[in-house]
Amino acid sequence: MTAVLEIRGLTVSLPEDGDREFAIEDVSLSVEPGEIVCVVGESGSGKSVTAFTVMGLLDPRALTPVAGSVRLEGEDLLTLPDKRLRALRGERMSMIFQEPMTALNPVVRVGAQIAEMLEIHTRLSPTERRARVLAALADVQLPEPERLADCYPHQLSGGQRQRIMIAMALALEPALLIADEPTTALDVTTQARILQLIKDLQSSRGMGVLFITHDFGVVAEIADRVVVMQDGRVVEQGTVAEVLHAPSHPYTRLLIDAVPSMTPPERAEATGEEALSTAGLDKRFGTAGLFGGGRVVQAAKDISLTLRRGETLGIVGESGSGKSTVARCIMRLVDPTSGEILINGTDIAGMKQGSLRNLRHQIQIVFQDPYRSLNPRRTVGKSIVEGPMNFGVAEDEAWRRARELIEIVGLSADTLDRFPHQFSGGQRQRICIARALAMEPVILIADEAVSALDVSVQAQVLRLLDDVRRKFSLAMLFITHDLRVAAQICDRIMVMQHGKLVEQGPTAAVYANPSEQYTRDLLAAAPGQSRLPD
Amino acid sequence: MTGAEGNQGQPGIAGLLISHRGVFWGGLVLIAIILLAVFGPLITADPVAINPMNRLKPPGIEGLFGTDMLGRDVFSRVLNGARVSLTVGTAVALISVLVGLTLGLIAGYVRALDAVIMRVMDGLMSIPAILLAIAMISLAGATLTTVVVAIVIPEIPRVVRLVRSVVLTVREEPYVEAAIASGTRTLQIMVRHILPNTIAPLIVQATYICGSAMLLEAILGFLGAGIPPEIPSWGNIMSEGRTFFQLTPWIIFFPGLALALTVLAVNFVGDGLRDTLDPRIARTM
Repeated sequence: MTAVLEIRGLTVSLPEDGDREFAIEDVSLSVEPGEIVCVVGESGSGKSVTAFTVMGLLDPRALTPVAGSVRLEGEDLLTLPDKRLRALRGERMSMIFQEPMTALNPVVRVGAQIAEMLEIHTRLSPTERRARVLAALADVQLPEPERLADCYPHQLSGGQRQRIMIAMALALEPALLIADEPTTALDVTTQARILQLIKDLQSSRGMGVLFITHDFGVVAEIADRVVVMQDGRVVEQGTVAEVLHAPSHPYTRLLIDAVPSMTPPERAEATGEEALSTAGLDKRFGTAGLFGGGRVVQAAKDISLTLRRGETLGIVGESGSGKSTVARCIMRLVDPTSGEILINGTDIAGMKQGSLRNLRHQIQIVFQDPYRSLNPRRTVGKSIVEGPMNFGVAEDEAWRRARELIEIVGLSADTLDRFPHQFSGGQRQRICIARALAMEPVILIADEAVSALDVSVQAQVLRLLDDVRRKFSLAMLFITHDLRVAAQICDRIMVMQHGKLVEQGPTAAVYANPSEQYTRDLLAAAPGQSRLPD
Repeated sequence: MTGAEGNQGQPGIAGLLISHRGVFWGGLVLIAIILLAVFGPLITADPVAINPMNRLKPPGIEGLFGTDMLGRDVFSRVLNGARVSLTVGTAVALISVLVGLTLGLIAGYVRALDAVIMRVMDGLMSIPAILLAIAMISLAGATLTTVVVAIVIPEIPRVVRLVRSVVLTVREEPYVEAAIASGTRTLQIMVRHILPNTIAPLIVQATYICGSAMLLEAILGFLGAGIPPEIPSWGNIMSEGRTFFQLTPWIIFFPGLALALTVLAVNFVGDGLRDTLDPRIARTM
């Protein structure tokens, strides 16, 4: 039996000004029929380049395969004429992408987009095409295929859109499905269902799947075999059991160890003084229209919380649950509709911006996206001293403190003169933490602060956050969608859904005995629990 | 992980600009025209000296571009007209950018004033530029200032819209929110964090405004609604030469050529600036 996909010694060159000579070097891997092969690696490891080479989707001006072969059911894709390659795409191999919203055409009904595939590759009549489209939608377990086929992508949820993508990819029953981080943009519970779907379809059709991911939890959930990539090379491959339980390469071990455990460690109860509390915090977006036609979204409803110095309170929930809204209300980056926000006993919920300014230094935030959190036109040092100087700290004193802090967050003092683009994502996040600390805050809010980072970097930044919390006895509000991360860093946990507080309690207690169904669903959806070593 | 050490070995903005063909040739022509406009009138004949003996002479050794119906030297008049055009172009570009920038920053950042400012701008945009100019000039008299103001007013809304759209995207950036969170005053946020983002698109927009202002000034002059006839401008030179066009086409040809060349040069420079400073917009245009 020939392999569905056989990559041998594949090398793809980077343009001359790239940071290394080859995007991927001497990559060999194979996918057998009925097998899911996961390619894991951090950003820049070349895993996506590998997938795009197979599909022939590389930008020929930037990336060119210079050696090796890619055989799809025996045919070498690198030497095929374009016409044959176009026929193979869709018919024998197809691909699904990370962001289903951008991968679908927003102005064409989803049914028509699937039908287009059939129109190009088959000679079916319009009625037969329609029937095939509906069957394809039913195969990906979408309810009411008749109605959904006539929807535009923006009318569907993220999970539904990804199902549409899968339906489209599988409409012609290809031998190979390439999935490039297909669940990364989805909520955990949706992710769990999509992973199950891919697995079911793969086993019922016996196709090969090349699954690109950065998440070892997903690997543990879905893979038959694993290929680990680092800096454009394959460092290890083997069956999932071998790689997960007896990794031979130190990098693999590093990646696996970096996945936070779902079991919260023992934590002493925080006894510091109360730094922050909210009562009955409400936030509604939108206004009721003049004739009652307006749309109001209740983003946060009746949120009451307390946070002590030296304590980390986690707010977990899926996208749209209102967890970030709560953080932004507490920061007063948005104005709460009603309720109280007490910082050291002062209510800031309705305070005017002028008097609020004097309290700003007490509460600081670290954002999710390290690439947008620093002004690209200002040096790192200037970004750090801006805050203290707003509060009248003398310039040389502010710089002295900046040098001290930048070393606390693990960078050297001479980095202060550089611009943000000279740093990696993890380093930038350290700089943002230093900027927040420069204000000598009492409360630090981390809004998905580690979510955009690679796992190995994520673990370091988490450790840093925990260190500074202890060192400066900060009250930390930690907002995340990632239950593994929350388990490791939070003393207490609040679970939010649809703007409401569903459950709260000490982390260990909530993880061990969730009292609400939604919490149980969330915990069960975290990928890879059964197979990942703790 | 390697950090992105991007800038090494790449030419700076200035180098990129000079290597751009449009900027190079446009800039060369523009510099030549500016030099001629500044120093030319110092050595050429008096542009308003009437010499009926010498009227309607074709271009030759004595008068490079010939003479008009009153015997005035067309070359000298065109050079003097260049002063008017360049002054109007530059003044309109500068003033409309400054006013538009201020209004745009306010509209983009102060929510309460946004609707007010933008509705006024919408109103201004609905008035035809030439009509407004003619009305203003007949009310306030034809001086250089009135002409500049008359051309500035309809240009402002475009600048305001551009600046406002930049502000609206940048104000949501986390680094701006971080600055708010660290107690930076609104005025400083605008100057430090938001203003720099508007510079590149504004420079590009300014060149287009400069070109279209010169055109509009010439049109007004041609219609007799612009700079008074005692001051030669390309528009009124052409307007006066109109009656003799079939007999002595050079009176219209040379100022027309000068106008076309100048506007073209300014637009070439503008395109080059856009390609270099704002590659994202360049791709969509």
